[in-house]
Amino acid sequence: MSDLEPVIGVEIHVQLSTRTKMFCGCAPSFGDAPNTHTCPVCLAHPGVLPVVNGEAVRRALIIGLALGCEIAPRSIFHRKNYFYPDLPKAYQISQFDIPICGRGEFTAIREDGSELTVGITRAHLEEDAAKLTHGGGRRAGADGSVVDFNRGGTPLVEIVTEPDLRSAADTATFLRQLRQTLLFLGVSDCSMEEGSMRADANVSVRPVGSQTLGVKTELKNMNSFRFLERGVEAEIARQREIIASGGHVQQETVHYEPDTGHITSLRSKEESHDYRYFPEPDLVPVAPDPAWVEQLRTEQPELPIPLRRRLVDEMGLTQEDAEVITGSPELVAYFMEAAGLADPKSCANWIRGELRAQLRETGQEPWESNVTPAHVAALVGLLAEGTVSVPAAKEVLAGVIETGDDPATVIEARGLGQMDAGDLSAIIAEIVNANPDQAQQLRDGKDKVMGFFVGQAMKRTGGRAEPQAVQALVRAAVLGE
Amino acid sequence: MGLRDLSATEQIAELAAGRVSSLELVDAHLDAIARDDVEAFLAVDAEGARARAREIDALPERPPLGGIPLGVKDALSTRDIVTTSGSKMLEGFRPLYTATCVARLEQAGAVVVGKTNMDEFAMGSSTENSAYKNTLNPWDHDRVPGGSSGGSAAAVSAREVPWSLGSDTGGSIRQPAALCGIVGMKPTYGAVSRYGLIAFASSLDQVGPFARTVADAALLLKHMVGHDPMDSTSLEWPAPIDVPMATDLAGLRIGVVEELMGEGIDPGVKAAVEASLGKAEALGATIIPVNLPTALSGLATYYVLAPAECSANLSRFDGIRYGPSAEADNLLDQYEVTRGRLFGPEVKRRIMLGTFALASGYYDQYYGRAQRVRTLIVREFAQAFEGVDVLASPTSPTVAFPIGDRTADPYAMYLADVCTIPASLAGLPAISIPCGLSDGLPVGLQLAGPAFSENRLLDAAHALEQAIAFDTRPPGLAT
Repeated sequence: MSDLEPVIGVEIHVQLSTRTKMFCGCAPSFGDAPNTHTCPVCLAHPGVLPVVNGEAVRRALIIGLALGCEIAPRSIFHRKNYFYPDLPKAYQISQFDIPICGRGEFTAIREDGSELTVGITRAHLEEDAAKLTHGGGRRAGADGSVVDFNRGGTPLVEIVTEPDLRSAADTATFLRQLRQTLLFLGVSDCSMEEGSMRADANVSVRPVGSQTLGVKTELKNMNSFRFLERGVEAEIARQREIIASGGHVQQETVHYEPDTGHITSLRSKEESHDYRYFPEPDLVPVAPDPAWVEQLRTEQPELPIPLRRRLVDEMGLTQEDAEVITGSPELVAYFMEAAGLADPKSCANWIRGELRAQLRETGQEPWESNVTPAHVAALVGLLAEGTVSVPAAKEVLAGVIETGDDPATVIEARGLGQMDAGDLSAIIAEIVNANPDQAQQLRDGKDKVMGFFVGQAMKRTGGRAEPQAVQALVRAAVLGE
Repeated sequence: MGLRDLSATEQIAELAAGRVSSLELVDAHLDAIARDDVEAFLAVDAEGARARAREIDALPERPPLGGIPLGVKDALSTRDIVTTSGSKMLEGFRPLYTATCVARLEQAGAVVVGKTNMDEFAMGSSTENSAYKNTLNPWDHDRVPGGSSGGSAAAVSAREVPWSLGSDTGGSIRQPAALCGIVGMKPTYGAVSRYGLIAFASSLDQVGPFARTVADAALLLKHMVGHDPMDSTSLEWPAPIDVPMATDLAGLRIGVVEELMGEGIDPGVKAAVEASLGKAEALGATIIPVNLPTALSGLATYYVLAPAECSANLSRFDGIRYGPSAEADNLLDQYEVTRGRLFGPEVKRRIMLGTFALASGYYDQYYGRAQRVRTLIVREFAQAFEGVDVLASPTSPTVAFPIGDRTADPYAMYLADVCTIPASLAGLPAISIPCGLSDGLPVGLQLAGPAFSENRLLDAAHALEQAIAFDTRPPGLAT
């Protein structure tokens, strides 16, 4: 049924990496011994009261500003009531009709360079639930469930989008770039694996051209963008099939099984809770000083999407280069420093290519390694001057990674400088003379054999020869060109 | 007259003069608490209190509250001292922390001797909803002391402590103070930190003092008010609470709330209130009739909002993290059996009322409408205070009623708070002082003022108290 289009909106939960929880002084934690980061407040002991974490408010505002959201002059908290052991108060303190950040929008860039603009409905503050482990967890032999309250009360910002997405690929692109932006803002670790960023997708299909929305399902809690993309794809396919066979999509929560590729139903919305939202009487409204909000606006770092445009338009990088370079704020800072000293495009090539490839063994990131941005710039400069060949430059880089010495020192120490032209001609002449068969093949027009000569020359020179120079010299020697 | 007949202020003076030690005072009261003729206490910390008294006696300088005993309503969290809020749900529960207001008073030299009986989770007007026992009215042991802070009121009236703490949501300090013939004050909402007060209805709950004199109540309040970083709704207090000295009411405009002087008010109560207003006039006050037409809707408004908030506040009691717990095979049973067995009928009634009032489809009709009426009441008070300085009314429409008289009729019980609820909804300070007797039982006069008007209210109450000269000693009280 090609006349059906998917309509997708997402809800993203972002754990804020604040020093303390949303409403108490405990440190949020991941991976520590269970129930070691708790206090009477986050355990909901009788008589305790929540107090809003000011840093969480600041970070929510930073997120809202980056998403172009309207900032509410006065937002309030609500209680969302439901019984579950992961929620010790049996209500979650969240925001309801007056969230801290209202409407905004976010524009991502697709691989082909086109823009993908998604409306932001709202971004609000709330607290995370505790972690439930079913089937006994560490309590040997028990078949019950255990609760770890370390996560309970961690500050969350929930970002809700408009149903503006039209494909699984766009959904993944949007989420990846949103994550990148959040990382640049320094508000969250955004780890899908550790659950500090979680995304649910609302998926429906409708006839192309229709303005009304179809019945949606909610695809829950995917722990990677790859699975989310596949899950959305699978759910779209499932809904298309249902409609193609004359059925109706049920409103329900569904789950994608990455192992089988199947969609399974979690619970029907018919049993959905009445959360009995009402204003949280234990808290006063959040009314950020407008001057403070303005200050946060001006202090905002350059964000990856505008930065990507600038890298392509002003610095000559490809879309792909720009996407890789804007992968993290650290990498951007690293690149910018190198690009200030040498040709940006060449710096980008070396950083995203050879440098990252060589560092893969140690698992280091460029900024963690011995190689400084100045080293990269120096190497790019030496290449441009012809002081080193490309293969030699790779060795120089290996040397810098090893020692932390600057490239010139490594070249000097290891004799990796470009060969004197006369010396290289002599070596080429020897190789041509020693391999008459291959020389004949070249004369016969079999250009492939050139690889053989280049290889031989590299072997003889220890990689110091510039391949293009080798080719020119071989042609001169064999063909008289 | 024994030591226990002295007011708190007098006891502090005796300590300062070195005529008595804190340990002697504490022991004298602990002896009375050991008998506890009126069943006021749920828990007694005799050893802790004596140890603290000895510590204070050994200090080079006495703290401002000297080291005299304090009774604390069981709704307030006290570290290591069993705190149940009058409920089986928290039977044997020893908190990990002490409520801010109690900690502040301890810091100032109060010695906590024990926890006082109350209606379960502060829901009630007679203390008969306590899951543990009935507290008796010291004036007539067949009658209720009022509630929900009935234990704190009876303990002060029966001289088991010179003063105590209560909490007031819709009248739970003022009404029992009236029924026991003592002073009780609910300060401006936000004056005293609620951190450690086991919540009933968060937007209404407020901690306040019980004492036998207005000056004592002022002194206790003085050491509690002010912002607490643990309670966002607590307020920076603009000026210290003064111990009142006024002897006249010259220039004071007293508004008499006509709606609270009419139908439903016992003639004996009305007469005592009118007599005290006559005394106020003699002291120089002007008496002005005032209308608060929406005030009578306060009761209905309150019985939507307070249950709504309590339905969420009491959801945490599930037997999983603390307190007793029912054995159950699955999660739903765990919740249902624990809550079904351990909550009393009035608590369940209010949880159900509140759950209904917040339910999808009913929210606007109940909770939303009640909030709007609350706003109207706030405005009405504001308008009234343009023309008067304080508002006067009976504290309770009746004197203390017999134990068991209203337990079968929740609505009759709810009516006990009709005079106190409006100031609660508006967040205003209000004080009840004993103003006379009706059929040999105490009658309370309620004075309410604008937010932050505690000092003026206390001054007015003090001046009237001197003129009324009520004898707070219940007849027949053992010495």
